[in-house]
Amino acid sequence: MKELVVISGKGGTGKTSLTASFAALAPNAAFADGDVDAADLHLLLAPAVRRREEFRSGHAAVLRADDCVGCGRCAALCRFEAIAPATRPGDGARVFAVDPGACEGCGVCVWNCPVRAIDFPERVCGEWFVSATRFGSLVHARLHPGAENSGKLVSLVREQAREIAKQERRDLVIVDGPPGTGCPVIAALTGASGVLVVTEPTVSGAHDLARVLELTGHFKIPTAVCINKWDLNPEQADGIEAAARAAGATPVGRVRYDKAATRAQRLGQTVVEAGPDSLADEIRAVWKNWIGTVAP
Amino acid sequence: MARSPAIAIASGKGGTGKTTVAVHLAATLLFRKQAVQYLDCDVEEPNGHLFLKPTIESSASVGIPVPVVDAARCIACGKCAEVCEFNAIAMLKKPLVFPELCHGCGACALVCPVGAIRETPRAIGVVETGRAGSIRFAQGRLNVGEPLAPPLIRAVKTRREPAAVALYDSPPGTSCPVVATVRGADFVVLVTEPTPFGLHDLALAVATLRPMGRPLGVVVNRADDDRRVQDYCQAENLPVLAELPDDRRVAETYARGELIFDRLPDWRGRFETLWARIEERT
Amino acid sequence: MKVVLTSSAKTLADPIDMHFGRAKVFILADTETGRAVAHDNAQNLHAAQGAGIQSAETVARLGAEAVVTGSVGPKAYKALQAAGIRIALIEAVCPGTEALRRFKDGELPVLDQPNGESHWV
Repeated sequence: MKELVVISGKGGTGKTSLTASFAALAPNAAFADGDVDAADLHLLLAPAVRRREEFRSGHAAVLRADDCVGCGRCAALCRFEAIAPATRPGDGARVFAVDPGACEGCGVCVWNCPVRAIDFPERVCGEWFVSATRFGSLVHARLHPGAENSGKLVSLVREQAREIAKQERRDLVIVDGPPGTGCPVIAALTGASGVLVVTEPTVSGAHDLARVLELTGHFKIPTAVCINKWDLNPEQADGIEAAARAAGATPVGRVRYDKAATRAQRLGQTVVEAGPDSLADEIRAVWKNWIGTVAP
Repeated sequence: MARSPAIAIASGKGGTGKTTVAVHLAATLLFRKQAVQYLDCDVEEPNGHLFLKPTIESSASVGIPVPVVDAARCIACGKCAEVCEFNAIAMLKKPLVFPELCHGCGACALVCPVGAIRETPRAIGVVETGRAGSIRFAQGRLNVGEPLAPPLIRAVKTRREPAAVALYDSPPGTSCPVVATVRGADFVVLVTEPTPFGLHDLALAVATLRPMGRPLGVVVNRADDDRRVQDYCQAENLPVLAELPDDRRVAETYARGELIFDRLPDWRGRFETLWARIEERT
Repeated sequence: MKVVLTSSAKTLADPIDMHFGRAKVFILADTETGRAVAHDNAQNLHAAQGAGIQSAETVARLGAEAVVTGSVGPKAYKALQAAGIRIALIEAVCPGTEALRRFKDGELPVLDQPNGESHWV
């Protein structure tokens, strides 16, 4: 079984739209939405949820204001600017409060509170789903607003998609990866059979591609590059392909700038379904070339 | 002197024009002869410099404190490994530290009964400061492959100069790096586009940022006749600060790394109006 | 000699789990007496990070001198080395009994470098 991951470095290059089209083109695959921060693939694949699970990760400090003596040791020790003075509602006493959005879950305040007024429950960070779509099974997730450790959730989503692919005897898993080069991207890449970077011919696209290729090179994953909206700046597109080759990646095609991609999105369809054929053919070519580089 | 406001420019979805809005707000303030500082908190993919083209005057390494165990003092009690929530210390025959997993919380050094743990910085990236003409500039660059963005974002924000309007260019998404950027801002501009993805991710960003209690406003970039984003904003009582029309010339100008201002003077008024609407809300 | 086998379930009749760090169960087996005890590894299985390191710690605590598994990531490898625990490599899934027999017969090669992926970081 192969696992192919689509990433972009820079956001908004059309990664999810292309991934959805690939889903329509792959005859025997399962899918994972690894962009758990801003998961959008489901908007095009219209999943029917079959299974729903809570995602828990790490712990969070919760201060019981009633038991707080206001000594401030917790705030002094916290290195994440997560604890600030507060006023206790009942008697107006000066106490302290934890900002859940800033809490790193390290436990320093919990272990060092002289009156043990801080609890440390497990943190529910989101939920994940296994769904049926018109192209095959999809594993997707929703991270709670401001929640941490999306890297672990990305790993979990990929793992579940591989598991389902195995059960359903699929030969392929396609993963819509997150943007950036940080923790969630690393979690989306490790151990993958191949990665496609969807970029655009802009100075930002070129800049971010260089950083992403450093990352895929570091993990020694066969890397292909596709330039979306290439005709916005054909010269830049040439330059990006040359830079990609120099970094050991394989250019696998270009897709033009076309408002039809937005129209398809508004219809809740992939471009290969909604057309026009001329644009869909460009995406088909990218898919064929990419598959050719990873599954000889 | 009154402290100038800090404005965070964020977006749920990437590629909606967040950096475009941020650098043009900087250029607008410059044009109005107001002191302005652009701080690129999108430390995984800092792109503002491609448009502002600053001269970098100083660069400082940013590290997080990670433990080093003094083997001579260590009594192998294992408390450091027990207390570490991030599994960055394993207690085998002696404590073994995995610095790449360490979040720098200091729990191990605090708990060690014999003072055998001291902390030394492990570099995760750099903060660079400089100027683009009269625009003060700061950016963080996270080392590629480094998972921990928030400490570097906090370091970028410490370079803030209170006399200037601060523009925080936020990373996309809704998770911890966005929260780290927006914390302490006086106003948050959310840039979106009129597509189902744009609307969906805008709603996620609003759900993340609303509880932080900062006033929010929305910029609809590449606006066309699809009004679903505007309808959502009305229902959620979010002000639409600007609708920037879809214009292929803008996309091409952006592709070349040029300011729209310099190429398309008819756009200057749009950003002036946007700034006026932000200013009246801070 | 005490050896730990990474297992997908609680007995030696069950198939080996090929992944060390996030193995479901550790079976501690005594090569002399044949006695085998299962230890649940669920806590490490769901660790936010550093599952392999924690698993190495568990194996060391169980007093094992060797571990039989299919793949060991870089951090777990480093931890097992520091604990002086030998890694015997099994190349394909098989029942625990067979893995144990092959270990005793010296058929399993010793892993001298990490062969698994780091999950993140």
